[in-house]
Amino acid sequence: MRDVAIIGVGMNKWGELWESSLRDIFTEAALLAIEDAGVDHIDSMYIGCMSSGLFVGQEHLSSLLTDYLGMGPIPATRVESACSSGGLALRTGLIEVASGMNDIVLVGGVEKMTDVSVHGATFALSTAADQEYEVYHGVTFPGLYALMARAHMHKYGTTRKQLAQVAVKNHYHGSMNPLAQYPQKITAEEVIESVMVADPLRILDCSPITDGAAAVILAPLDLAKKISKKPVVKIIGSGHATDTIALHSRKDLTEIKSTERAAKIAYEMASKSPDEIHLAEVHDCFTIAEICVIEALGFAEKGKGGPATEHGMTTLGGKIPVNTSGGLKSKGHPVGATGVAQAIEITKQLRGEAGERQVKNAKVGLTQNMGGSGGSSLVHIMEVV
Amino acid sequence: MVGITGYGVYIPRHRIKVEEIAKVWGADAQAYKKGLFVEEKSVPGPDQDTITMSVEATFSALKRAQIDPKKIGAVYVGSESHPYAVKPSGTTVAEAIGATPDVHCADFEFACKAGSEAMFVCLGLVGSGLIEYGLAIGADTSQGAPGDALEYTAAAGAAAFIMGKDNIIAEAIDTYSYMTDTPDFWRREYQFYPRHASRFTGDPAYFKHILGAGKAMLEKVKMKPKDFQYAVFHQPNGKFPQRVGRLLGFEKKQIETGLLCPKLGNTYSGSSPMGLTAILDEAKPNDLIFMVSYGSGAGSDAFVWRVTERINQVRDSAVKTRDMLNNNKSYLEYGTYAKYRGKIRKGE
Amino acid sequence: MSSPRYWRGIPQRYRLEAGKCRKCGKIYFPPRLICDECKSREFEKVNLPKEGKILTYTIIRVAPSQCTDQAPYAMGIVELSAGSTGKDGVKILSQIADCDFDKLEIGMPVRIEFRKIYQEGEAGIICYGYKCVPV
Repeated sequence: MRDVAIIGVGMNKWGELWESSLRDIFTEAALLAIEDAGVDHIDSMYIGCMSSGLFVGQEHLSSLLTDYLGMGPIPATRVESACSSGGLALRTGLIEVASGMNDIVLVGGVEKMTDVSVHGATFALSTAADQEYEVYHGVTFPGLYALMARAHMHKYGTTRKQLAQVAVKNHYHGSMNPLAQYPQKITAEEVIESVMVADPLRILDCSPITDGAAAVILAPLDLAKKISKKPVVKIIGSGHATDTIALHSRKDLTEIKSTERAAKIAYEMASKSPDEIHLAEVHDCFTIAEICVIEALGFAEKGKGGPATEHGMTTLGGKIPVNTSGGLKSKGHPVGATGVAQAIEITKQLRGEAGERQVKNAKVGLTQNMGGSGGSSLVHIMEVV
Repeated sequence: MVGITGYGVYIPRHRIKVEEIAKVWGADAQAYKKGLFVEEKSVPGPDQDTITMSVEATFSALKRAQIDPKKIGAVYVGSESHPYAVKPSGTTVAEAIGATPDVHCADFEFACKAGSEAMFVCLGLVGSGLIEYGLAIGADTSQGAPGDALEYTAAAGAAAFIMGKDNIIAEAIDTYSYMTDTPDFWRREYQFYPRHASRFTGDPAYFKHILGAGKAMLEKVKMKPKDFQYAVFHQPNGKFPQRVGRLLGFEKKQIETGLLCPKLGNTYSGSSPMGLTAILDEAKPNDLIFMVSYGSGAGSDAFVWRVTERINQVRDSAVKTRDMLNNNKSYLEYGTYAKYRGKIRKGE
Repeated sequence: MSSPRYWRGIPQRYRLEAGKCRKCGKIYFPPRLICDECKSREFEKVNLPKEGKILTYTIIRVAPSQCTDQAPYAMGIVELSAGSTGKDGVKILSQIADCDFDKLEIGMPVRIEFRKIYQEGEAGIICYGYKCVPV
């Protein structure tokens, strides 16, 4: 298996993009990535997208998007794993290059969520959960994470304020990201007083509904070193694991085992331990998710994710900055694009291109992308060469 | 010997007071309370209907009957608020209790006496040997038109009876039915609320049929009112059953135990059946119970029951009527009541 | 909700019918084709017990479209009593009906009641199932 590197990144500003269709949004980001990589062709394409069918009635993205990208009749593969579609697209693209099957592979993610009503979007998102034994009974995603939050608060004493701190931190980071959907800073009081969605989670604990796309260009490391004009970022670890689809089927409601397992595989492959990671982009679909994930990744001890966040461990300038892009909370969460955008942030940071939000001496970064209430997780580790 | 081998009841926990309804319509609450002898009524939650209440009442009946649900040969649900106009409530109930597929189902309808009809038919089927056990349910979540007199009393509840030949707790001594075509209260298809003919619903309707069936029943079994420990009649309000009881020769203390309306409202097809469950909750072996239902349109079914020794063994196996009626209540204001009852016009 | 999909789930929705592995005794709700513990393919039908306790809960205030009339409502992950099931109790997710929100707590005992889950507008089918109520 060959070593694989990221040689180009492209992402548009995320938000409610009324004027842009799904094909417009994806093509824009893809062309930016191709330009950034300085390549004149791509061999194949992967598209992470959770549900273009339910959001805009469009399937067969492989054909649609290669058509609109204008890079020829190349093979394209639509990848779906709910909210970890982007991370999974990255992994499958990585495998194609590592195997030697192809050289220059574009991995993109896209979601166009605002053409349907909020109820329509909620319904589409609910397909990530167990239809008969979770959704049928009236639960929503905020509800599922709220169940996790209450269990975590009961078992470990995690506080309402610690949850809020995740949102405050990510908005602070997002205020330095020109592409973020909601770059406004917020306070813990604003979070705690915002409208209750599913007790104890409030609207400001939840990531938004967003239109957006993100794309990276992968190449074999040797070729990357030859052609790339920018610092080359190598993917040194990749891990993928699943867990039960229903939250209630899990042994411990406060743990995200799929992330633990995927991380273990990635750390082993990269020969790195959690202490050697300089920064991470994680799946903060809800504030509690980030707390559980930093525990699962080994950045904080089990149960200590709340205090760690409160004491600034994961804030820019702290021991291991998490979500310098603003995370899903501030940057936005166009579902299929998220996993790819995480890779973009790490790449920019490792290249030294992150501007105001640059982490000093960032050499090794990690991305963690998950689907549903933790039913699938993708962890990637990158290192600048 | 044929009779009741198990009985059960279900009352939703929500209530609304007469004052709360009167306030909205600018009516005189005290006048309604005195005139109807009703203080409050039960209200079904938005997740409850005739079927859900029937299922829970049946689980209680099964606890008392102590039989395998697969032995039930017929499941009949009597109601004027079946959730579907076409698709029987009985099959959902039968499926939920585990009686399917070897069972007969039918839904009964006859205004407020649909429950007692189901009881009448089950007794006949068991008595003839066609089935071993029959499940008869009277349940309703009836609607009263907003601002109408019936809104103060239209309530929700269910009573379930498993009829059989073995392990009887109350023997059916005899029955009598009395019917005529009387348009006192009705609901046309596609109408949301029923209509009634006001004072015509009294003497020519309710009283005529209960008295007709009641007198004929007493004659048929050659008994007098004083022979009975308990009497229960259909309860559209708290006054009518007391008056008709008096007219038949019964005393207040015989009617008291089964009189649930003042705190429950009129549970339509559940009305006299639930009065019967309240009586069975207390009655002693060898007590005689006189029961006459009434359904608009119109007709009455009369029953004479004799309680057996076995009542003491099974009575406590499931929740009792007045415990459900008096405990764990949650009072609603009119807005929530209207929302729960689907009385607010919404967009599609 | 399509008719075939609703109907297929009735044994679980109405009677909480589960599958118990004949070899190792683990109970699956809903029933499965293969036991993930011992890989056996042989199961027997059991109905889950109807009592349990709350492991965690939430109150849904922003509800999905089919439940908006019922909001706010409580939901919980409930462990149905281990008593007769041999191994750990089986966990389910359901609404917790007829409860005062400020009395909800982890460890609270509940029992199963048959309720209407939702209906497909004014003309579609009515969907029933299990909810939990405080004991």
